[in-house]
Amino acid sequence: MFDPNLLFEQFFNGLQLGLLLFLLAAGLTLVFGIMDMMNLAHGSLYMLGAYVAAQITLWTGSFVLGVAVSLPVILLLGVCLEAGLLRPLYARGHLDQVLATFGMILFFNEFVRLVWGPEGIEVPLPDFLKGNIVIFDIPLPNYRLVVIGVGLIVALMMYLLVTRTRTGMLIRAGASNRDMVQALGIDINRVFTLVFGIGAALAALAGALAGPILAVTIGMGENILIQVLVVIVIGGIGSIRGAFVGAMLIGIIDILGRSFLDTFFKLFLPVNAAETAGPAVASMLIYILMAAVLFFKPQGLFPAKTG
Amino acid sequence: MGNRAQILIVGTIFLGLALVPLFAELTQTPFYLDLARRMMILAIGALSLNLIMGYGGLISFGHAAYIGIGAYTVGICAEHELVSGFIQWPLAILVSGVFAIIFGLISLRTRGVYFIMITLALAQMMYFLGVSLDRYGGDDGLPLIERSNFGALVDISNNVTLYFIVLGALVLSLFFCKRLINSRFGMVLQGTRSNETRMKTIGFPTLRYQLTAFVIAGMMAGFAGALLANHTDFINPDMMHWTRSGDLIIMVLLGGMGSLAGPVVGALAFILLEELLSGVTEYWQLIFGPFLILVVLFARGGLLGFFADKEQRDG
Amino acid sequence: MAEIVLQVSDLCKSFGGVLATDHLDLGVERGSIHAVIGPNGAGKTTLINQLSGLLTSDGGKIQFNRNDITKLSAPIRAKMGLARTFQITSVFGEFTALENVSLAVQAHDGHSFKLWHDARRDKALTGPALEALTIVGLEKRQSIKASLMSHGERRQLEIAMALATKPKMLLLDEPMAGMGPEESNRMVSILSELKGTVTILLIEHDMGAVFSLADKITVLVYGGEIATGTPDQIRANPEVRSAYLGDEDFES
Repeated sequence: MFDPNLLFEQFFNGLQLGLLLFLLAAGLTLVFGIMDMMNLAHGSLYMLGAYVAAQITLWTGSFVLGVAVSLPVILLLGVCLEAGLLRPLYARGHLDQVLATFGMILFFNEFVRLVWGPEGIEVPLPDFLKGNIVIFDIPLPNYRLVVIGVGLIVALMMYLLVTRTRTGMLIRAGASNRDMVQALGIDINRVFTLVFGIGAALAALAGALAGPILAVTIGMGENILIQVLVVIVIGGIGSIRGAFVGAMLIGIIDILGRSFLDTFFKLFLPVNAAETAGPAVASMLIYILMAAVLFFKPQGLFPAKTG
Repeated sequence: MGNRAQILIVGTIFLGLALVPLFAELTQTPFYLDLARRMMILAIGALSLNLIMGYGGLISFGHAAYIGIGAYTVGICAEHELVSGFIQWPLAILVSGVFAIIFGLISLRTRGVYFIMITLALAQMMYFLGVSLDRYGGDDGLPLIERSNFGALVDISNNVTLYFIVLGALVLSLFFCKRLINSRFGMVLQGTRSNETRMKTIGFPTLRYQLTAFVIAGMMAGFAGALLANHTDFINPDMMHWTRSGDLIIMVLLGGMGSLAGPVVGALAFILLEELLSGVTEYWQLIFGPFLILVVLFARGGLLGFFADKEQRDG
Repeated sequence: MAEIVLQVSDLCKSFGGVLATDHLDLGVERGSIHAVIGPNGAGKTTLINQLSGLLTSDGGKIQFNRNDITKLSAPIRAKMGLARTFQITSVFGEFTALENVSLAVQAHDGHSFKLWHDARRDKALTGPALEALTIVGLEKRQSIKASLMSHGERRQLEIAMALATKPKMLLLDEPMAGMGPEESNRMVSILSELKGTVTILLIEHDMGAVFSLADKITVLVYGGEIATGTPDQIRANPEVRSAYLGDEDFES
């Protein structure tokens, strides 16, 4: 009844979802942290990244080229959005930011529908990424391994960027005390454009990588955005480390909950009740986790702001 | 605040709304009856959001959840053959209130961006809960077998009767909000929006007032949800989708934040815009999205604010 | 020897290793005006924040009317009769002067869960509010929005709000900051009229005002007390003079 191989496989899937979430959360948590800016359009960048990569892949037959083109395109779009639309909003309240970026989501969703139609796009896997690697009799898809690998490399690079470079020092300082950085005579706007650009590129990377696993559809950005927000709340706004830990927690708990919660409930509930309660609770699990974390640590697990 | 202009505008709107059933009957366009009824229900939802957002300064991005909870309460009752409106409606208000207490206690521990994200996440949780409730239609939703039954008192299975019930509910809600805002409690709420630290240092434990407002707003939205279930004869998770919460925020903002009747004007403007734009093009959000951004950038007081400013300039 | 209303003992607060309040002892006598002065960064506002409950203290004890209030929240301290004003004017801009003060009355009388009756027509609120406005000389400006008032008027309004909570003690954080000479004089006369009816802890940079108003003065440097005494004692204290060397305020 309980299959340890399945547990391992699902754990692996959770890891992969977690890394995808991290790619999105890493940039967004810095945007929230440094500029105290509420940006909902991050999910749109993810979606557009996925569509651009999918389209290039379909045209050229090369998935790698699709990813390689999508990144700079979305990076450029992100930087333009930041400079043109978001910058006037920094001085405004959160509500204005919510509404303006909500407006952007509506626009981008409709734009995608106009260009690519209401149906999603299927992205074929390149041949060299098909197939499985068998570890301990458990087949693990190559592609998922690649996603995990890329995610880990990006996480390491972000970590090095933030902790070991001068730019990273500014980013950290900006996240914990913006006014101080301003007072030191550093143009925080340039730092922010940089952060936003990195965030956009990472979102595009996540979107492009998600393409062959999840469907490339309108609204894909919003569904994952909410999970990303939960990650950021759990991890603590402005903290890369928090984003990583939060993303792993959410990814793994979400997948394991969906796979095993009804089995678990059957241990002490009647089958009927377990089959109803299992999926219901599983769908709420990450939010319950969020509420629990907030109860003990209202600033998240790794609060960046001190004092 | 341009009080005269506000009364004039709102008076005209209510007069117009009262005449809609006649118009729909004469022109044989029941569509308009339906549209105006939906608009009024959403206006009640927006009024309740305005209590906490406009007057309390709490940007809740999950307010549609309470509308959904109210609607689901009615739908689930009906599914179990409990059709009396005397039970359904108070229960809908009560259940939304209980959820608002729980969610309020969680989200009010935080402020700013956190508060927005947490209210959004909790509402989305309710959405996914609705999707996973296979017993009550899951993703597809659940038809309401029978509208709420008020016995001999009133029969809301008649569309026009339901229309006037909704209209009455809207007027009552507006009146309730007016009393609440100008009461001692309302003053505390507005003071807290303006300067929470100051409120604490003159002796107000602000959290309990914010939580109370949050719960009142949740209950009002739950009531709107009970009406909505009857209006659509249907419940589905989409009522709780986060974009519905976004719509409510837009309505409040369009009408003018923190003005009493603003949400009513905003709901009207929102529905009309939606109808108008979707008549022009299938891709109407291509226009509506940028329109929102323009409103944020250039018309901050909303429509009522615009008129109020004008009156101040003229007078 | 008069009774001590506020007793601070061994109070500490540090920010990232820097002591903003350094093992401070302070006793304020009932009915007196006790001024706390010191150069910028001496930790005066930190002290007021600790006393009013906006900052939690790292160590030490605060007693108010013999009750230990060290761990109590700001609203509870306010209810016990410890009112404060802010260095940066902190009134409710969109409310009228009367509404501002009414809110403070309401905080004191404790009936704020009335959801139905119009607060603006509530005589139980407007009556005492008007009294407080009269004390600071703003009764004629009662229906003006706070955001439209002059800086000096807003500072007076803050005092009225604090008074409306029927405080046993006022913590005033630089009530004369940013005021012209005329407004300052007005504030000095308001405070000297209050003297004796309510205990006041006064933080102020205007040395003329401090030395004319205060019964006692405590000098803070880097969060620690270097001297406490009557204005004459402080004036003659060589340590104080050296701490203020080059600070023109002290000469005025």
